[in-house]
Amino acid sequence: MVDRLLGRPGEAKGAAERPKGDRPKRGKGSAEPADPKAAVWKRVQLARNLARPRTLDLLAEMADEVIELHGDRGFGDDPAMVAGFARIDGRRIAFVGQQKGADTDENIRRNFGMPHPEGYRKSMRVMELAERFGLPIVTFVDVPGAHPGPESEERGIAEAIARSIGLMSRLRTPIVAIITGEGGSGGALAIAVGDVVLALENAVYSVISPEGCASILWRTPDEAPAAALAMKMSAQDQLELGVIDRVVPEPGEGAHADPRETAKRLRTAIIAELDRLAELPLDELVEARYRRYRALGPYTEVATPEVAPPPSRGIADRLRDLLDPTRWSMGMPLPGSSRRDEPPAHEEV
Amino acid sequence: MPIKLPSFRARRDSYPPDLWTKCPQCGDMLFNKQLEKNDRICPTCGHHFRLSAEARLEMLLDPGTFRERDAGLQSVDPLGFVDQKPYPERVATAQAQTGLRDAAVRGTGAIEGQTVSVCVMDFGFMGGSMGAVVGEKVARAAEDALAERVPLLVVSASGGARMQEGTLALMQLAKTVAVLERVRASRVPFISVMSDPTTGGVFASYAVLGDVNLAEPNALIGFAGARVAAGTIAQELPPGFQRSEFLFEHGFIDRVVERRQLRGEIAGLLRFMRVPGNALEQPVVGSFNPIGAFLASVSGSFGNGNGGDRG
Repeated sequence: MVDRLLGRPGEAKGAAERPKGDRPKRGKGSAEPADPKAAVWKRVQLARNLARPRTLDLLAEMADEVIELHGDRGFGDDPAMVAGFARIDGRRIAFVGQQKGADTDENIRRNFGMPHPEGYRKSMRVMELAERFGLPIVTFVDVPGAHPGPESEERGIAEAIARSIGLMSRLRTPIVAIITGEGGSGGALAIAVGDVVLALENAVYSVISPEGCASILWRTPDEAPAAALAMKMSAQDQLELGVIDRVVPEPGEGAHADPRETAKRLRTAIIAELDRLAELPLDELVEARYRRYRALGPYTEVATPEVAPPPSRGIADRLRDLLDPTRWSMGMPLPGSSRRDEPPAHEEV
Repeated sequence: MPIKLPSFRARRDSYPPDLWTKCPQCGDMLFNKQLEKNDRICPTCGHHFRLSAEARLEMLLDPGTFRERDAGLQSVDPLGFVDQKPYPERVATAQAQTGLRDAAVRGTGAIEGQTVSVCVMDFGFMGGSMGAVVGEKVARAAEDALAERVPLLVVSASGGARMQEGTLALMQLAKTVAVLERVRASRVPFISVMSDPTTGGVFASYAVLGDVNLAEPNALIGFAGARVAAGTIAQELPPGFQRSEFLFEHGFIDRVVERRQLRGEIAGLLRFMRVPGNALEQPVVGSFNPIGAFLASVSGSFGNGNGGDRG
């Protein structure tokens, strides 16, 4: 089991080279409940556990020195996102990560770890600093999703996420991304584009919350466990899909049971990845990162007859179109070949 | 004419009984045939109905210049996803209904004689959702723009990432944005057009990143669905929330453009945003012959009154 968890070499390329359409077989851990739906739901609960160590908790355990930086220089400082410098085993790094609260008061202050646009703009600022000063970046992803409210939209949450993804895809410094808890959609990916993506054993990663997926496809949020299973959101499944590269096992009952040991294991994994990435020339590193994401997502190519250029239309046809009274009256642009007010496809084949 | 697939039923067959459509904005009953002829714009209030990829290409590009690429890309089922229906079944149904292989069509074409690499989305295909195929088509359209040094044009109409492909759909955000970063770096212009709706992962990746962002009037554009937003935060939503004009007001859209002006606006922008080292545009097959040019100018002057400023 541990072999399988650690077995995949951290090579980013390995993940991307899975043949198109190859569906990996699902492996199950031995300690899980027999019902796969219950098993994955248990992991979702663990990922959301209030006592799960957060970004700053993990850093406090694993780093010798942490300096948090604040503010996006445009709007404000977002407590749901933390960023700054740290020293791990003598190595200087920059860190960014979402920060949930440990209790209700802190959660309200930190908006339950759901950053606003200024949070992502702060993390972008710190990541640019990291590039400038040659610091590798470690990101800690733990977010239900970016904040979805009106203020967020007004200040451009979508733009902030897209820019952050773009920045990380080209930054000329090594990036280790770690899904430590909830990897909730775009709000997670915005800081999870890396040369290598790790996940804690009970972390989850999904394109939409299981509740959201269930209410759309099952028409009730009560089917969230079914949605969680269907989306294959557990770390192990994500590893098999090639979205993440390595799973870091959690101690005992889960990370919340022993934060110190969790941090220790993460620290070992981070150091190993940083050392490996440090050996690559920057050009190669950035190119490999680009290719990793360029290759993600299987599809097939159906052998269609080459779509021929439309048969050139004779002058008679063109004149007929030109003289068509309906076109004159409606002022329509001339169509390429078909007319929109008639059934097109089946006549054309 | 994006795709011709022998085995699929024609798009129109899916709603032949509906002769009339009620305009959601002004409530007028519109005769469908007339609505189509009016470019799916309500003649009473100007509401923009959704447009198929085929109709969109026909509206934007010079007649006869579109050459489709990657028509054969098709979705697979990487997760073995089953909700109330297996995912492959949903894809097959959508294909039969729309005659498309997936929710995007891409290729090259010309806009008032200027060659572009173009990718348009079709909301009719599974809500225009972005899976690996859509992501790949957008990425390849961008790569072609780079390789051929022509502007990139993407017209979005999508509810967001395709849930049935899970995080692999989410990864399409990273895939497309990574390619766009290269487009930006090599000074190839990218014009993003957002139509109703452009939400979720599509808005939060390539759609929002245009060098110039255009949007059709009153299109739903936003990150989180309005219901999600209202449900999650239990907060009154401002009127006009997540509409083109809201985004315009907050600075994320350059221009809100009526559908029939789009072609002229894009052409005008492209005359300013020339690709460095490609100042002399190659003449485009199709609009090169005098008759083609004549017809284009006729259609332009009747279509949108923008024909006068054509270079």
